[in-house]
Amino acid sequence: MVHPSATANLSLASASPTAPVLVLDRVDKGFVVEKKRIAALNEVSCAIRPGRVTGLIGPDGAGKTTLMRLCAGLLLPDRGTVRVLGVDVVLEPLAVQAQIGYMPQRFGLYEDLSVRENLDLYADLQGVPAKERSGRYQQLLAMAGLEEFQGRLAGRLSGGMKQKLGLVCTLVRPPRLLLLDEPTVGVDPVSRRELWQIVYHLVESESMSVLLSTAYLDEAERCAEVALIHCGRILGHDKPTNFSQQVAGRTWLIRAPALAKRTLQRQLSRNPAVLDALVLGASVRAVSRDCTPPTLADLSNPSGAEVILAPPRFEDFFVATLKDEAADRKNNRIALAVPGSRRGGDEVIIADNLVRRFGSFYAVDRVSFRVRPGEIFGLLGANGAGKTTTFRMLCGLLPITSGACTVAGLNLRTAAAAARARIGYMAQKFSLYGNLTVQQNLRFFSSAYGLHGGRRRRQIDWALATFDLAPYAATESQNLPLGFKQRLALAVALMHGPEVLFLDEPTSGVDPLARRDFWAQINSLADQGVTVLVTTHFMEEAEYCDRLVIMADGRVLAEGTPEEMKERHGGDLDREATMEDAFIGLLRHHQPMGT
Amino acid sequence: MKPGSLLRLKGIIRKEWLQVIRDPSSIAIAFFLPLLLLLIFGYGVSLDAKNIRIGLVIEQPDSASLSIAGGFEHSPYFAPIHLSSIQEAENALRASTIDGIIWLRQNFAADYLNNQSPPIGVLINGVDANTARLIEGYVQGIWFSWLEQQAEKAGRTLRSPVQLEQRIWFNPQVRSTDFLVPGILAVVMTLIGALLTALVIAREWERGTMESLLVTRISVNEILLGKLIPYFILGMGGLLLSLVIAETLFHVPVRGSLWLLFAVSALFLWVALGMGFFISTVFKSQFVAALVAMVSTFLPAFILSGFIFDIQSMPTLIQGVTLLIAARYYVAILQTLFLVGDVWSVILPNAAALAVMGLFFHGLVHRRTRKRLE
Repeated sequence: MVHPSATANLSLASASPTAPVLVLDRVDKGFVVEKKRIAALNEVSCAIRPGRVTGLIGPDGAGKTTLMRLCAGLLLPDRGTVRVLGVDVVLEPLAVQAQIGYMPQRFGLYEDLSVRENLDLYADLQGVPAKERSGRYQQLLAMAGLEEFQGRLAGRLSGGMKQKLGLVCTLVRPPRLLLLDEPTVGVDPVSRRELWQIVYHLVESESMSVLLSTAYLDEAERCAEVALIHCGRILGHDKPTNFSQQVAGRTWLIRAPALAKRTLQRQLSRNPAVLDALVLGASVRAVSRDCTPPTLADLSNPSGAEVILAPPRFEDFFVATLKDEAADRKNNRIALAVPGSRRGGDEVIIADNLVRRFGSFYAVDRVSFRVRPGEIFGLLGANGAGKTTTFRMLCGLLPITSGACTVAGLNLRTAAAAARARIGYMAQKFSLYGNLTVQQNLRFFSSAYGLHGGRRRRQIDWALATFDLAPYAATESQNLPLGFKQRLALAVALMHGPEVLFLDEPTSGVDPLARRDFWAQINSLADQGVTVLVTTHFMEEAEYCDRLVIMADGRVLAEGTPEEMKERHGGDLDREATMEDAFIGLLRHHQPMGT
Repeated sequence: MKPGSLLRLKGIIRKEWLQVIRDPSSIAIAFFLPLLLLLIFGYGVSLDAKNIRIGLVIEQPDSASLSIAGGFEHSPYFAPIHLSSIQEAENALRASTIDGIIWLRQNFAADYLNNQSPPIGVLINGVDANTARLIEGYVQGIWFSWLEQQAEKAGRTLRSPVQLEQRIWFNPQVRSTDFLVPGILAVVMTLIGALLTALVIAREWERGTMESLLVTRISVNEILLGKLIPYFILGMGGLLLSLVIAETLFHVPVRGSLWLLFAVSALFLWVALGMGFFISTVFKSQFVAALVAMVSTFLPAFILSGFIFDIQSMPTLIQGVTLLIAARYYVAILQTLFLVGDVWSVILPNAAALAVMGLFFHGLVHRRTRKRLE
């Protein structure tokens, strides 16, 4: 069970202050899902150094949670050893658990207990002596900004506060090693910043060691060290700047005032020398294969175009490395069977003072906006901001409490069925039938949309061909790779040739590469005149939108183009404002009480 | 005991208790459901047949037939309705306005006086077999007492092969309340013990709190004990409440000793908690755990425990199945303690069976519960 070669020297070294706090040695871990064995971790070896924040970064399904649970003694490795603070977790889980703090992805707060009662429970469980408690509570609650909420039930706290309370509960007895599994997922950017501040405060004042997993690549730059994990393997472990340095000299900012930003992006990404092209504000950010800048002469209208060398980011490395691996470049241009439904003319979606009330709670409070044809319009906000509720009302899935909305010129209150025939809807988590094949899914949904005969056959053939699904036609959709599931879900939503496409958190849980493919597909649809309404909590995805609204607590805080948002609400910074800066600026303005 | 163990135990018991107090559904299951069940079974459900509507068709009213009609009229079991013809009576039976027909033909008195067997027709609605059998018995009873009366009048004793002297022991009034209410205790304890615990542990899995608990210093024993103690107290509270109601509202006698009643109930509650724990270690969603607890503990406690349906009259195979139902042993003890007394020959073997089942389930839970997610 124990590899003597790997462990002997480490247990001796654990006493010294520079010895690693966590050592994984050739760890394998697999799970059996529906009679098939899936390898979650593959020969993972890794050593986490003390007194700093190490980020475990990778897309969903990369094996982050499995690795965390192995370290906390909640899972047993199939092979290899895990030593935490010099102790073998398999042999002495209790000894390890007595010294670490672990915050699972959904932290176990007891929602029917108050903030104080939750703290008391974890203090009892962690054996914190009664006389040390009040001091520690005060310190932790002050850090999390929860002092005034001690008597409040945990279930009544906001999402960000819950997350902070969860963190605080794991800290009642100062752990030597803190394991945080995706602590920032779905949390609004303000709370996210505060969580990071707490973590850094702990590292500095209590010299705690922290292993933090995240799927947000932009968080890599906040870590002292980063272990990059993908498909159950550690691809690299280094300082974040060392990762991005590997693509230094290959990252560019390109402006072409004569071209629309999406057109520019599309034309650049067709260039074989360009690995990745991403809309950023008014310009396009590109990663090239080598250190020569992308040529601009091929652009359809190169007048005034310029290219500037940009500082490399962690995400550039991630995309450059993994896109190299995935050599085949998929066709991301979706040609509609019935192209160009509408362009110009009246607004396609009008929301006018929409209100949705659940009891005394306003999930959506006087939301108004207008979407023009062929536009990509975004609803940006943290979890619980009212995006999905707004969406459901617009799709006619949820009755409106008051206000009005029209979609494609039809009133949802009087002609919901007719309006629904003109819209395509892609729900969160892609509602597909997992045990039907791709072909069967397409057949079922086309008949559900009322297609039949020759038209139905033609549409199914179109979907199979356009979305590269033909090789998977006989595969059960639950066995598709995630990216192809998404393609199928999009194909299904487009079967009946809708004018308006509703996408509810289409990219949550999808890795950055698949996310890029998906946005390329959406862009091509918008170019053909389909109006797209999309919700997202990824700040950087707002860049893809023509216009967007930022929502919080059921209200629209601001409406405009991404550039306008950053300019108006980004605040005075010595760097170019990001969408997250704008979001935080707006939120601070909206609730001056918050922090 | 490991250091800090008491502190951890105290912490988890207090948490559990706060959750019980704040969650209306556990209070409802522990206190309102027992109340409701007791009221329904105490007042509503009665397995006795009283005031049976019976149609009397007397074709030739004379002293003999009228005296027999009087027998029905004075019986507490019957509420006779006089009908003029057998056709009318049959229609009424079909329409369910009456449950049976007593048909005295024209030549009834004549035949009786001629010492021939008098033709008395009895028709009973057999849809509810249980009631039908009761009616049959009551009719025979009235018939025999009428025959006796007639014989006395004539100055002779009835020449009947057997002289029946009925005595009913333990429940002389044959009140079904007296055996239903003790049986209800078994159902209540199953509910609190198995359903409630299966739910609360599944809830910890569902809400992700279990994962946080497992990574603290707490041991498996402490988690199990921390859950066992509050729900044990809750269950004994439910028992006390049910007992008070049984005494004050329904005046069910307790002929055995109270301490024995509490001891056996504690034993059964321990078994039920074991079943609840076991269910929740296998099924980690509240919905599935509740369904499984209902089907595997609550319904059997209702149907197969002998609380309503007599085990002896079940098919042999089903009788075998009841041996696996913990509630059956508890019901047997309860009915003995309430109606008969401390009969050790009944209590000891049944209590032993309960102990074996408890050890089995708790042992299984212990083996299966690990401080891991797999």
